[in-house]
Amino acid sequence: MAWTWFHRCGSPPHFYRIAGKLVPWFGTLAALLCIGGLIGGLVLAPSDYLQGEGYRIIYVHVPAATLSMMAYAVMALAAATGLIWRMNVAYAVAASCAPIGASFTIIALVTGSLWGRPMWGTYWVWDPRLVTELLLLFLYLGYMGLRSAIEESGRADRASAILAIVGVVNLPIIHYSVDWWNSLHQGHTLLKLGAPSMPPSMYVPLIAMIFGFMLYFAAVLLVRARGEVLRRERTARWLLEVIGEG
Amino acid sequence: MSGPLSAGRAALQLIRRDLHLALRRPGEWLQPLGFFVIVTALFPLALDADLSRLRDMAPGVIWVGALLSSLLALELLFREDGQDGSLEQLAVSGLSLAWLLLAKTCVHWLLTGLPLVLVAPMLATALGAPAAALPGVLAALLLGSIALSLIGAIGAALTLGLRRGGTLLALIVLPLAVPVLVFGAQATARAIALEPLAGPLYLLGALAVLAATLAPLAAAGAVRISLE
Amino acid sequence: MLEWLSMGGNARFVWPSYGITVLLLWLNIRWARKAALAARTEARRRLAMQRSEP
Repeated sequence: MAWTWFHRCGSPPHFYRIAGKLVPWFGTLAALLCIGGLIGGLVLAPSDYLQGEGYRIIYVHVPAATLSMMAYAVMALAAATGLIWRMNVAYAVAASCAPIGASFTIIALVTGSLWGRPMWGTYWVWDPRLVTELLLLFLYLGYMGLRSAIEESGRADRASAILAIVGVVNLPIIHYSVDWWNSLHQGHTLLKLGAPSMPPSMYVPLIAMIFGFMLYFAAVLLVRARGEVLRRERTARWLLEVIGEG
Repeated sequence: MSGPLSAGRAALQLIRRDLHLALRRPGEWLQPLGFFVIVTALFPLALDADLSRLRDMAPGVIWVGALLSSLLALELLFREDGQDGSLEQLAVSGLSLAWLLLAKTCVHWLLTGLPLVLVAPMLATALGAPAAALPGVLAALLLGSIALSLIGAIGAALTLGLRRGGTLLALIVLPLAVPVLVFGAQATARAIALEPLAGPLYLLGALAVLAATLAPLAAAGAVRISLE
Repeated sequence: MLEWLSMGGNARFVWPSYGITVLLLWLNIRWARKAALAARTEARRRLAMQRSEP
């Protein structure tokens, strides 16, 4: 039963149609959750006794950082699926994840740096989370760079799939090594980008924002993926219906 | 189905062949070593530091130099065989490509990684390291350079035959090499400070073993994809 | 209201953070739409070329 669903997703015309229907739902839900989360986080949540109002950056920084990792995981999973089952739809999804994931990473880096500035006095600190985000950005750029450097679309799909899988295996190792490195230098001072210990009025908007970002990611991913699926499709038959959809 | 014995024999033959070919043009293979020495010498010139401050910088300088040298050396791994079709022959030979690539990477490391390892104690001394630190420096670079060669092989396989492959190769390999850098530099730092370095050294060893097991598989997949 | 805008003195960090977030999220929507449109146009063209071939 799940298997038929899986194979149906892998069929380009089905994917194209279903994705097209899902996008408006995901988009609307994302907007609602984000607006709710922003109101909750920017207006309703109390100020933190340690960090004052500045902590409110958390409502964009943490969702962006979370999604930057999640996007990479989805990318690697889709890439592996494409390799194993030779599924163009999977490769289309993987290719679509990269620019969105990279954008999330940039947001996480910028907001993280702006959050750190009032706390530590400089715009960049070698905080393990920021360093890992930076390396994650390089992983994304490497993936996108490899894709664009290979002209033949099939080879680009498959080679970047290997890179994505190697990257996702390495990511925990990189994260662990950076954490380990950081623990050597920071000693006992709590210098992490500490989320304040949070009452519900603070963390409920955060959860809303995280889910809002997730749905945003899903919506934008599907928009891109539909285009990518079209680009990989050679046989004309179902394209005829699509062209009519304008 | 080829048994392990013929795969082993094939690997040995490949090693002998690669060594033979490489030693015909030793100059090429010495370039990464030269680069390593030059880059390491540049840091004191740029920073104008006295010996005690050099000693603090030494782990970072040596490791960044080693990392960049190994990146440059990667160009030599698949270039010849990729161009003249020998790589393709390996791929269709019916033998385990991962095993054969492991053999190729071994030779590559012997020619480009091992020289770095042997020269590093000298450079470390020049940067102010005490003599008692040198075995530790040697051990850290031994394990680290092995891991770097293996990780680099994946990047080299992915970028096989691409124009402007060099910068892309660096972008791909360097993030993956960060754990090696972190543990290696820390191990070297502890060695120079005459502190126990078993911790980071074990971690480095674990990375080398992991790389030896998984990297040839990824590289083999990448080579097949690049040759299609 | 003004007090809220000043974010306890941290306004120059908080608002640019939100600004860059909104900017990048909006840009991603635009880029995705552009890419999908380009793919559709290209598919249309490919289709037309295929059908015009004897």
